[in-house]
Amino acid sequence: MTDATANAPARSLFTEDARTKKRNRAEARFRAYGLAAVIVGLLALVMLLVSILSNGMSAFRQTFLTIPVELTEARLDPQGNRDPAEMAAVTTFGYLPVLAQSYIDHVESLGIEHDLSPQAMAAMISGEAPAQLRSLVLEDPSLVGQTVTLRVLVSGRIDGFFKGRVTMASAERDANVTPEQLQLAQALAEVGVIETRFNWSFVTAPDASGQRPEAAGLGVAILGSFYMMLVVLVLSLPIGVAASIYLEEFAPKNRLTDLIEVNISNLAAVPSIVFGILGLAIFINFAGLPQSAPIVGGLVLTLMTLPTIIIATRASLRAVPPSIREAALGVGASKMQAVFHHVLPLAAPGILTGTIIGLAQALGETAPLLLIGMVAFVRDYPAAPPEGLFDPASALPVQVYQWTQRSDPAFVERASGAIIVLLVFLIVMNAIAVLLRRRFERRW
Amino acid sequence: MSLAKLSVSALAVAAVSATGAVAQSRDNVQIAGSSTVLPYASIVAEAFGENFDFPTPVVESGGSSTGLRRFCEGVGENTIDIANSSRSIRESELETCAANGVTDIIEVRFGYDGIVFASDINGPSFAFTPSDWYLALAANLPVDGAMVANPNTSWDQVRADLPAQGIAAYIPGTRHGTREVFDLNVILQGCEDSGALAAMTAMGMDEDAAEEACMEIRADGVSVDIDGDYTETLARIAANPEGIGVFGLAFYQNNTDRLQVATMSGIEPTVETIASGDYPVSRPLFFYIKAAHIGVIPGLKEYAEFFVSDDIAGPFGPLAAYGLVSDPELAEVQATVANEVTMGGM
Repeated sequence: MTDATANAPARSLFTEDARTKKRNRAEARFRAYGLAAVIVGLLALVMLLVSILSNGMSAFRQTFLTIPVELTEARLDPQGNRDPAEMAAVTTFGYLPVLAQSYIDHVESLGIEHDLSPQAMAAMISGEAPAQLRSLVLEDPSLVGQTVTLRVLVSGRIDGFFKGRVTMASAERDANVTPEQLQLAQALAEVGVIETRFNWSFVTAPDASGQRPEAAGLGVAILGSFYMMLVVLVLSLPIGVAASIYLEEFAPKNRLTDLIEVNISNLAAVPSIVFGILGLAIFINFAGLPQSAPIVGGLVLTLMTLPTIIIATRASLRAVPPSIREAALGVGASKMQAVFHHVLPLAAPGILTGTIIGLAQALGETAPLLLIGMVAFVRDYPAAPPEGLFDPASALPVQVYQWTQRSDPAFVERASGAIIVLLVFLIVMNAIAVLLRRRFERRW
Repeated sequence: MSLAKLSVSALAVAAVSATGAVAQSRDNVQIAGSSTVLPYASIVAEAFGENFDFPTPVVESGGSSTGLRRFCEGVGENTIDIANSSRSIRESELETCAANGVTDIIEVRFGYDGIVFASDINGPSFAFTPSDWYLALAANLPVDGAMVANPNTSWDQVRADLPAQGIAAYIPGTRHGTREVFDLNVILQGCEDSGALAAMTAMGMDEDAAEEACMEIRADGVSVDIDGDYTETLARIAANPEGIGVFGLAFYQNNTDRLQVATMSGIEPTVETIASGDYPVSRPLFFYIKAAHIGVIPGLKEYAEFFVSDDIAGPFGPLAAYGLVSDPELAEVQATVANEVTMGGM
């Protein structure tokens, strides 16, 4: 022992030998790699967020035009009976001239000079405006003959001008807007007739066709997603938890349960489109459930979420120490009492976390919905559940997908806006999951 | 207690699903098909929902072939009522339909769509003829009695008065109905015009084989098939300013600040030149109605009549404003819908 120390070369601990230097360098390199990986990940996230936020924040603001509209009886109620059934014969095509004329007159009364044709003037108002006016008049026929002050949307290109998407230079080349229209819009904005303000209807309004991007909103998509999540929660939580408790606590360990276990893990990795094919075959073609309905979407997503929930639940059941079960059994509880009175409450935070993460995953899913007809243009809000579960609806990620395919450049902004809404939902759900875990998790 | 709660909620859900499946009757029109027709169909659906007491029809896209396949799946509330298509229905599809009991089909041609060639607004402008496109994109060209791989890599090699710009074409993938029109009206036409078809038959090919050879597109990366939508083609051109893409007229009209259109055989594509037939590359657009569903699905016939009415599909309607070339024989189409004239006579 003393010989060995005596034979070793005398050196200070403060001078590194070649081997130590090499090991220290390897560690430094590894740390640098790790840091670089984190930075790359963060950069990607920042780039994603910056591009989405810079494209999408403007979707929450919209440009409106406020004008007094004279509701001429001759056009809107030719019979003069104020009977909504008769007045319904006047379509939105009949309301457009009323609106356009009021607009032209108002601009004239403000004394703003322009040399636009009446058609070019009318084209500055959104296609949504006549529909808005028509439903207002049909709801209250006594308005006919009066002058009402109305706030209507302006067309997508004019709105784009106030958001910086459309410029005088691009308008020169654009077939859908002229620089003269933009100049008039500018003049009207200076006197406060046109203003850009926060737009709740982006979140509440239904989708709109390619001709009126300014009116398109997420209302139906949010409702559809909400209904689907409801179905997924109500179905997958009890089924998933029951399956996990049985497999973890009661099932005998044999080949059959092994097989089931392997299959559950496999199902978690199956591409989601496969569940869509299954859903089309079973729920629509065999069970006869309607197409485009949140109930079918929810059922399909339930199948997709179940493995996630079962795996999470089993893990949290396993994390409960066996001593708890044994103590319960020891004081005379039945197996079921031990599980339901002691194990399950302790595993609950983990189960809830797993469920929320499964739901968040299902919320962002598009592929399976493609096959069951939910990737569609839907404008009517579904009714309240349970009937509403069978009405056609869209979903949030589907709305993003559809808007990116529309030809009008204004939909780029709305697609990014929809992504922001989807991200907010996901962040809230994941934050709840983290909070629950922090608050209730117990460590042994 | 928990178990009792769980089983009750599971039962409740099962009960709701069961009653729903039985009692459900659909009150909205269900439409699927061509992504080219989708914007028009959604404009009509929106206006229909606003002006009638019926619910707004649900419009899905997915392509003409997908739409027609689903249309032919059978009769009943869980099948679609209308298939949108950017080509006419094929004989084989009619047979599938008939085999599944879908025998009464109303074919409605509601207008025409122009297919335009457009490039980046800041690049040089192009004046094409079909033979330019054939010579630029064919896989093999006949030279001195033998087929050789297409050597052209820039437009001025194709024809001396075209700009000296590399060939980069973004054409619709074979899944699209647009591709069929592109192949027939541009490539095959160009093959004939350039004399290549005659040269091939002179080489001893029979006519079918020669036409096949005409329409074989080069696969060396000069021409790229776009399987997505026109927005993808636009993004490709934004990334590669030398690119030239194939678009629908409506899409181009919505993006004139970023794209410039090329003339074809000296004619600029506009609603007027396409309606008059002067512009050579256009195709009719259709939708097909399942006659058995009229009277069963509320609003189906009203939707179809509204679609082809002068207010909507006429030359001054919103569809024309979006880029549809209105059908000159719209009155006949309106009569077809009104009288529910099915394909193959009454």
